[in-house]
Amino acid sequence: MSEKTLTEVTYRIRRFDPDGDTAPHWEEYGIPYSAGMTVLDGLWKVKEMRAPDLAWRSSCRMGVCGSCGMLVNGKARLACNTQVTELGGDTVVVAPLPNFDIVRDLVPELAPMFDSHRALMPHVIREDVQEQEHPTGEFWQSAHELEQYLQFSYCIKCGCCMAACPTFATDALYSGPMPLGQAHRYNSDTRDGGFSARKRVLAGEAGPWRCHFAGECSRVCPKGVDPAKAIQLMKRELVLDYLRLHKQHRPATVAKKATETKRREGIPEPPAPTV
Amino acid sequence: MIESKGHPNRLGIWGWLGGGRWGVERYLYTLHRLTGLGLLTYFLLHILVTSSRALGKAPWEQAMNAVTGPLFKLGEYLVFVAFAFHAVNGIRLGIIELGFGVGPPIEPVYPYRTSLDVQRPLAVGVLLLAAIIVVMGTLNFWVLE
Repeated sequence: MSEKTLTEVTYRIRRFDPDGDTAPHWEEYGIPYSAGMTVLDGLWKVKEMRAPDLAWRSSCRMGVCGSCGMLVNGKARLACNTQVTELGGDTVVVAPLPNFDIVRDLVPELAPMFDSHRALMPHVIREDVQEQEHPTGEFWQSAHELEQYLQFSYCIKCGCCMAACPTFATDALYSGPMPLGQAHRYNSDTRDGGFSARKRVLAGEAGPWRCHFAGECSRVCPKGVDPAKAIQLMKRELVLDYLRLHKQHRPATVAKKATETKRREGIPEPPAPTV
Repeated sequence: MIESKGHPNRLGIWGWLGGGRWGVERYLYTLHRLTGLGLLTYFLLHILVTSSRALGKAPWEQAMNAVTGPLFKLGEYLVFVAFAFHAVNGIRLGIIELGFGVGPPIEPVYPYRTSLDVQRPLAVGVLLLAAIIVVMGTLNFWVLE
């Protein structure tokens, strides 16, 4: 339905009050449509006009913070990043992200996801603690090496991939696409030396071998992170490691400071500082 | 592990079959699991039937007589169809799960091109190959006999 013909939108919202309800139920609210309205804008209107006790999470309103992940018309998306008109009708069906317990209304309990994330050590692991605590320079990394993990570093931890994953839907032990994708993000970072430490978790039930490429995580990811690709690439690394063919790399060293390099001839000196 | 006090909302088996608007790879995933379970059931029955031979000729013939007839022939045909899909799709998954056919990491620029798009020709090829095997098997099962 186009913006010109749409005057009112019906929000069908799955609601749950832990203090009064034994199970979630659906409620409908009619609100006026305004041009450029996102699903999140509509939720604010519902809250202002019809249901002041409606609860959800949101913050940045620009698809950056990852707070407003919810099931909109059957697909996990960011409410702030979804125009009402792109849903193709005058009814918006909103439910909390599946595969997470419901705290209240549209608020999912994301703590188990972050628990799995933490277990996979999503940070640069190195032995030179002194250099990390008191850095003397940047770790050297080429543009090509950066490309190996840059795509996966755009993850905003919204949980949409976890809600869409059919394996995670039946297997609570499986880490899920977000934590595994982030494990690969750090495994493929040349500054990192934590592959062996993460391998202990990755080789178990929580690891990537439960993934069989349904691909929903990549389809719903609002940032184009493609966790399914990260997981398959990580599996290759794990197989190569098992066959002892994995290229062991020492974590990148500290890059030489510009002052330590020799200036090429013929390049004029910069002007003297004015301040 | 942080214990949640919220209302359970895990999709369970419904997560395989529905619960949203999904793409072709998800249906292949579900079909792969269902055909796998079907083949496993067949293998268990197969072992049960053939193990009757160890008990002597009479139990063996009794077991063989029990699994003849049009219903079992249809069942055998379905096992063949399940095998054709499961085997060919298994090769696709083997290739993909070794990190081939999904493409290298790229800069995500909207509209995003994911690994699903990169491996789509492989998925289409798998479906075509499975269809060819099923057609050939169908002829052998029902027409040429």
